[in-house]
This record gives sequence, structure tokens and C-alpha cells, in this order.
Amino acid sequence: MNKSIVIVLISCCLFLKVNAQIDPSLLKIQPKDTVKNALNMDAVYNRPFIGVNKMPVSLGGYVEANWQHLGTDGVSDGHQFQFRRLTLFVASTIGKRIKFLSEIEFEPAEKEIGIEFAAVDVEFHPLLNLRGGMILNPIGAFNQNHDGPKWEFTDRPISATQMLPATWSNVGFGLYGKTYSKNWMFGYEFYLSSGFDNSIIDNNENKTFLPAAKQNSARFEETASGTPLFTGKIAARNNKIGEIGLSYMGGIYNKWQDDGIVIDDKRRLDVFAVDFNTTIPKANTYITAEWAWVNVQVPSTYTQQYGNKQQGGFIDIVQPIIKRTILGWKDAVINIALRAEYVDWNVGKFNVTLTNIGEDIWSIMPALSFRPTSQTVFRLNYKYQQQKDILGNPPSKTGGFSFGISTYF
Amino acid sequence: MKTKFLIVLYIIFAVALSQSCSKFEPVAPDEGEILDGPVEGLSFDQNRQFLAGDVAFNDEIFTSQTGLGSVFVATSCGSCHAGDGKGTPFTTLTRFGQIDTTGNQFLHLGGPQLQNRALPGFTPEQLPQGATFSKFTPPANTGLGFLELVSDADILAMADPTDANGDGISGVPNYNYLPSFIQPFTSAIPQGGKYIHRFGKKASAYNLLHQTVNAYNQDIGITSTFNPKDVYSGNNIDPEISDQTIHNVVFYLQTLKVPIQRNSNDAEVIKGKNLFTQIQCSSCHTPMLKTGVSNIAPLSNKIFFPYTDLLLHDMGSGLDDGYTEGSAMTYEWRTPPLWGLGLSPKSQGGEYFLMHDGRAKSIEEAIQLHSGEALQSKNNFNQLSQENKNALIKFLKSL
Repeated sequence: MNKSIVIVLISCCLFLKVNAQIDPSLLKIQPKDTVKNALNMDAVYNRPFIGVNKMPVSLGGYVEANWQHLGTDGVSDGHQFQFRRLTLFVASTIGKRIKFLSEIEFEPAEKEIGIEFAAVDVEFHPLLNLRGGMILNPIGAFNQNHDGPKWEFTDRPISATQMLPATWSNVGFGLYGKTYSKNWMFGYEFYLSSGFDNSIIDNNENKTFLPAAKQNSARFEETASGTPLFTGKIAARNNKIGEIGLSYMGGIYNKWQDDGIVIDDKRRLDVFAVDFNTTIPKANTYITAEWAWVNVQVPSTYTQQYGNKQQGGFIDIVQPIIKRTILGWKDAVINIALRAEYVDWNVGKFNVTLTNIGEDIWSIMPALSFRPTSQTVFRLNYKYQQQKDILGNPPSKTGGFSFGISTYF
Repeated sequence: MKTKFLIVLYIIFAVALSQSCSKFEPVAPDEGEILDGPVEGLSFDQNRQFLAGDVAFNDEIFTSQTGLGSVFVATSCGSCHAGDGKGTPFTTLTRFGQIDTTGNQFLHLGGPQLQNRALPGFTPEQLPQGATFSKFTPPANTGLGFLELVSDADILAMADPTDANGDGISGVPNYNYLPSFIQPFTSAIPQGGKYIHRFGKKASAYNLLHQTVNAYNQDIGITSTFNPKDVYSGNNIDPEISDQTIHNVVFYLQTLKVPIQRNSNDAEVIKGKNLFTQIQCSSCHTPMLKTGVSNIAPLSNKIFFPYTDLLLHDMGSGLDDGYTEGSAMTYEWRTPPLWGLGLSPKSQGGEYFLMHDGRAKSIEEAIQLHSGEALQSKNNFNQLSQENKNALIKFLKSL
């Protein structure tokens, strides 16, 4: 795994070195308006790439860094400077209707280098494409559309990254396709892939936590349950109304047999999500929202600390307020934005008291962003968040500012 | 010109924001409204050990990978003591198998504690047939270091086994043998090889090391060099937690601050405090105790107000579950400290779960459950006017 990453990195470096002497005018930038997508499912290719002359390989990537000063109940760690991630894309057209794209992410704080996406796409027909490799499971919208420069907020949505496990990549194969009709666009995606394991209900978060399975890199070679995780999504877009997506991900998640010997019951995980985005005409107000429901079978003899139901989501509202030439940048945009989000980590009641289980979080985040181009964003955020423990005791309150930059390159 | 002005304005705004950002962050709750935090006066190195213990106690979640279970009650220390306060029925544990001073007759069947939860793929313990049991709701942690330093002589001075003063109250200490990993206090006054224990509902834990080791083992299923016995298999296995971590947690518990009384100058609170003594609540819930000498300076030779005598009292048949520990009778319970009582709902999900098993949903209900040696005090309370009852309750909520 690490070896393959090193090979890819060396390849990228060699490629850059070889081309360092060439005339910059030969570098052909293929910009994309990364704020407005066709469909969410197109997000992996809807990125700005740099192509070199007539070479079949394009490069791209993005970087995110920020300062923040947050405090919880009067206690703050002070000024924090964070390098969130550096992501590199390499795309190539291998042959007629066969293409490849990879996304490699470096997260120094997590000491993590990961391949988030590395898949070969083969187009048989616009309605029938085969994708195989390391895929991004299309649950909700954020998992496939997570690039930092696309968002007005430094923090990724809680529901998408901590309840759903974005970015959630697995080895798998599947089919996708799109069709158009006047103002309408329809798309579908279906994948079978590797998946989760028992850590989602046995982890140091002390709650049902799907992202815990991301720590298990063995999933790229061995599926814990021995059964595929199914992920499917259908989406429809009307150019005047917006896009809605309905997605599902589910399967057996736990290791129930080892060496042919049954060691546990089979337990399922089922996730449903709905996502929506639109741009209100004239006002150009951009709205994107996502909500998901997680159902996990947890043994009744285990602890209710690990819930069998979760739900949560977010809504982002982005309003451009100035669009003109600013400091020499043509069509630079200043936005005001607001994110509201909520997650209930443990939906249900305590068996012993029949009172509601707490364990929820909500947050609001007003923002001011400046986009000198659509590919670069400076963002000033203020976060206010309240989080309750499992017993529903008075919430801990967190608040503070962050300022960051994120850009494609 | 306008652009330059905007740039200057932006820089001024950014600098001002970075220098004043803490003004926009949630403020700390009043010190008297929370139970956690260290006692004042710790040295830098003691603060470091307190923080290490705080992390181990509140943040370390045990999993199957780190030794949880295989059968257990809770996944972490903090699960049972949210904010270092009292627990709830969710984390209430069950002890079983001992009915008199001859010891626990069900140790071979999983006693003394029922591990009622199990990792996936394992089966939790079941209560053995014929075993009597009692449920214990987790207590608050605050001020435990002060209680640990009350001398045996002071505890014995409060005891009155034969009710020599004729007040109907005859507190006794819980004497028991020490486990091999416990060193007795230098001020200990043993009796027939047994030592005065003081922590727990039945006062069956000698000190905070004893309590901590037992809790890791019986509550979470974590073995240590102090207690290597696995609660699931019954076999001695490798330690699943370091000695240093246990010492850090013990230090954390020793150096948690005492609860701070609120509204102590309120006239009604003062009136309630006087009534508390008048109706003889203070005969068991002794307001003031003192610590002995400690190598932790802020704990040494201090006067403090826990409202307990650390002794066992007959609480009547209504609270007799038919289960006991050490030399306590089944109807005897150690006087619980009342400090922090008013903050209980902040760790119990907005409700009260009082008495040893959380059966009382209010302070008034808890008072009505008193009997035995406390019968006269309860009767005295019931004869108070409503105004005086309210004052007494207000005083208790101020603790």
C-alpha cells in the first residue's frame, strides 16, 4: 500500500521535473467552475487540471490551511495554525472512452497519506459506464464532492465526516450513467465494494462511529464480513430547480466468521441519505443540504453507549454580495454564508429509564468568503456549537473564529 | 484610494479580531456550578499528573483492542461519573452474593459484581439463582482526596456502636482485611488484623487505590498488576493498564476540588442549615471533618465540609436489599457525603437519582426513604412547617 503511494508520488515528481524546463505557455489549464456542478457524481472529474501540450496526463490538486481560535466553556488552546490537507489529482485518458483518475491526500496532522480515489472508468455508453478501483462510495453528496476550495467553510460538515465517514473510499466495482432531456438530467451509480468492520461499534469515540472503520487499512485487501457493501444513488437535476439525490449504503459489517468458524451473529448496517442543491435565480443564492439516517444492528447485550440509530445533516446557504474586479482579479466574488448542522449520535431511549438518550450536537457557522477566482477561496468563519453527552446533561459550548485559505492548483 | 482604504481597514480588523477573539467564545460556567477541576495550590508537576489522570479518567475509552470486558458494566471511568458527578440508572451496577460478615459465597459464580454487558459475540453474566443483590448508583468523585485523609481516630471518635449517648444513632466503621497491594495508612487503627474501610456505598473500599483498581477490574474488565484476574475467564492474565495510569487516576481523584457551596449567605439557606442540625440530620451527615498530614500540600491539615461521618448506619428494612460487603450488615449503609448534592441533576441528565440505587427522584423522596437510625430525623422533618421544609431543601440544594 505505502509502496504504491511512493511510486505514484515519485512518478508525479518525475513528471513535474521533466516538464520544469518547458515553455509555460504549453501548460494548458483546464479551469472548471467548481462552484456549479453538473451532477454531484461528476465532482471527481469536475476539477481544474493542468494538461501539458498533447500529453494524455493531467495534473491538479488543492491545498487547505487555516488559523483558528476556539474555546469550549471558557477554556481555549489559544491560537492554532493548521495545515489540513494537500491533495493531488492525476488524470489520464488511457484510450478511447477509457480514463483514469487518482486522488492522493496528505493530512500531516493525522500522519496520514491516503489514496482517496484511484479508479479506471470505461464508457460503453453514456448510460453504462464501468468503474473499478478505489472508489468513493456515493452516499450523500459530500463524500464525492468534498474538495476544500468548493466550500465557504474551513470545517467539513460534522454529519458528513463524523456520522457518515467522508471521505469514505473502498475498493470496488460498479456501474454509472447519465442521460439528458431538455432541462432535465438523470444519473445513477451502483457499486459493490469492501466496507465496514466491528470498530464502528467498538471504538475510542464511545459511540457508534462509522469513520472508525477508516483506520482499518486492511479493508483494501480483506472485507471483514466477507460480503460486499452495496452503495447506490440516483439523482435528478432540473436546471431551473436544482438537483436532488437519493442514496443508500448497506450490508453486513462485522466479522462473523474466521477461518470458516462462525464466531458471531451477522449484523447489518444501513444508511439512507438525501441531498439537494440549487441556485436561486437572480439572487444567485446557492443552497446545498444533506441529511442522512444511519441504522446499525447492535447486540442488545452490548452497551447503549453505542446507538443503533443516528441521524443528522447540514445546510449551507451562500449569498454572493459583490462580484466585480477586486485588486485586479476580474469577477472576484465576496460571499456571505451560513451553515447550520445537527447530528443525533444516538436516537432512542434508555432501556432502564425509557428517557431520551442525549448525545447530540448542533452548530451554526456564519462566514464571509472572498473568491478572487472560482478556484480559490479565503474564508472567515465563526462557529458556535453545543454538544450534549449521552445523559443529556447541560451542553458543552464551543465557539470561535477561523480564517483559512483553500485553492486548487 | 478606496481600495487602499479597504485594505487598511481589513488589516486593522484582522489584527483586532486575532487579539480579541476570546471575547467571542463561550464563557466558563461559575466555579460553584461545576464539580470538576483541581484543588488549588498544586505544583506544576502535580498539575501535570492531575491532567494525565483527567485524560485517563474521562477520555480513555476502552475497546476490545485495549482490554474492555469481555464482560463489563461501562466502557470508561467517565461513563459512570459524567463531569465527576453522580451516575444514573444507565450506569448503575449490581453487586450480589454476600448476606453476612462471613464473606461472599458467590465468588465462584462471578461475584461480587454483575457484569451485565458483553462485547459482541460474548454473553453477559446472569444473576446466579439464589443470590441476593443490591444496585449501586455511581457516586460523585469530588473531594475524595479529603475524605481519604480523615484519620481513623477521627472516624472512631464519631462512632457510637452501643449508642452510649442514647440518641438512637450508633454508627460503626466497616472493618475488613486489606488486599495485598494496599499499604495501610500510618494513622490506621486496625482491629484483629482488619482495617477501617471508608469508600463505597457499604464503605468496603479502603482507599482510592483500592477503589480505582476494583473499578477498572469489575466495571470495565481491565486487569492490572494489582488485580490480574480476568472477570470473564477467571484466569490471571497480563495487565491491560499500566501502574502509572492507575497512579495518575488515583492522584486525579485525590486532588479533585471539593464542591463549592452556593448562596451560602442567603437567609433561607442559613435557616435551612440551622434546621439541618436541629432535626439531627447532622448526627450522621457530620458537616465538618479535617484531614491529616499529606505529601500533597493543598490536602494537608485542612478543614472541610462533606456532611458525612464515613460510618455505617442501620437505615431500616426498606433499604435492606439482603446484600452486604465487609463487616456491614445488609441493612447498614455508609452515610453518603451531601456536598455537591445540589449539582446532581447536572450530571444525572437533569433529574435526581438519589439513595444507593437511585430510587429517589427528589431530595424530599430521599428523606422519606430514611428509617432505622434516621427514623427520628425523618419524623422531625415531617413535623416541620412547609416553609421550614423549603428552607432545609434549599440549604441541601446549595451544597
